[in-house]
Amino acid sequence: MPATPLSILIVFLPLSLVTIGGGQSAIADMHRQIVDVNHWLSAAQFVDAFAIARLAPGPGSLLATLIGWQIAGFWGAVAATVGIFGPTAILIYAVTSLWSRYQGARILTALETGLRPVAAGMILAASYVLIQALDGGWFARGLALLSTALLMLTPVNPLLLIGAGAGCFVGLHMLALI
Amino acid sequence: MPETQATRPTPLQLFLIFSRIGLTSFGGGLSGWMLREFVQRRRLLSEEDFLNGLSIAQALPGVNVTNMAIWIGYRLGGRNGAIASWLGMIVPAAFVIVLIGSAFASISGYELSHVALNGAAAAAIGLSLAMGLTAARRVPRRIFPLAVMTATFIAVTVLHWPLLWTVLGIGSLSVAVAYQQS
Repeated sequence: MPATPLSILIVFLPLSLVTIGGGQSAIADMHRQIVDVNHWLSAAQFVDAFAIARLAPGPGSLLATLIGWQIAGFWGAVAATVGIFGPTAILIYAVTSLWSRYQGARILTALETGLRPVAAGMILAASYVLIQALDGGWFARGLALLSTALLMLTPVNPLLLIGAGAGCFVGLHMLALI
Repeated sequence: MPETQATRPTPLQLFLIFSRIGLTSFGGGLSGWMLREFVQRRRLLSEEDFLNGLSIAQALPGVNVTNMAIWIGYRLGGRNGAIASWLGMIVPAAFVIVLIGSAFASISGYELSHVALNGAAAAAIGLSLAMGLTAARRVPRRIFPLAVMTATFIAVTVLHWPLLWTVLGIGSLSVAVAYQQS
């Protein structure tokens, strides 16, 4: 598809509804659509955008906003933002306003129980796809695993860790190791 | 503004509160921040009400924190409150990310900026993977949920299924089974 705001909207609208358990789960599919199917960005550009989204404040799904902006400027950003946040906003709004009528909540419990393993599988898949897209070979993979371990085992500030990752790579690059 | 404000906030106030939360949230932990702001400090919501919202926000598609913004905004200010809270969460942060993106784009001629971003991304993937492992750890240790998790992973990474079909197919099967068992 051509890189117009309309086609960006068409790509992101269905992605909105698969962001179960947070925006992370849609990243693998976002990568597939943006890089593999439509060739709107290169794999390296996608990883750069991912890193910027992680450095920036706010919901992680603003990655979509940044990607839309890089593909088609202001209206691309608007289209991607509306696409990724719009459908789920309408859905949660409807559920919120109906919540008091469904106090039994059996279906909500079933949704939560049933979707939990799906969300876990999707977040793990997203990490796998991102690790595949990294440059820097085993240094990058090792850093990703080290960062995972630190985040799970220590109360380290994630922003500090991300900054340290950037610094570490610049250092390795200067030593001509990567 | 008093510490224990009893009156309900206006949509504008909700917009400003969520703007501040959105702009000061780096790397997660947002739900805890909202709990502090709305339940403990301002006493605008009961803890039970908040936790009900949190479980819906997690079960339904959508970013948990924007879902929570809509839930809290609706409880406190009806339709306008929900819209104001949602916009507050997204719009200011969207401008910031585009600004940061432009700043990086203007130096992207240098190879070093891609190297630095690649290093940042490698570390940031830890956030995804750690969350994935935490989520995986909370999946019940029974054959069916573990099979659902594995099937989802394989469908996305090996078979390259679009996520929408993965969720509709595997997800609805899994929810149907959970519904039968509840």
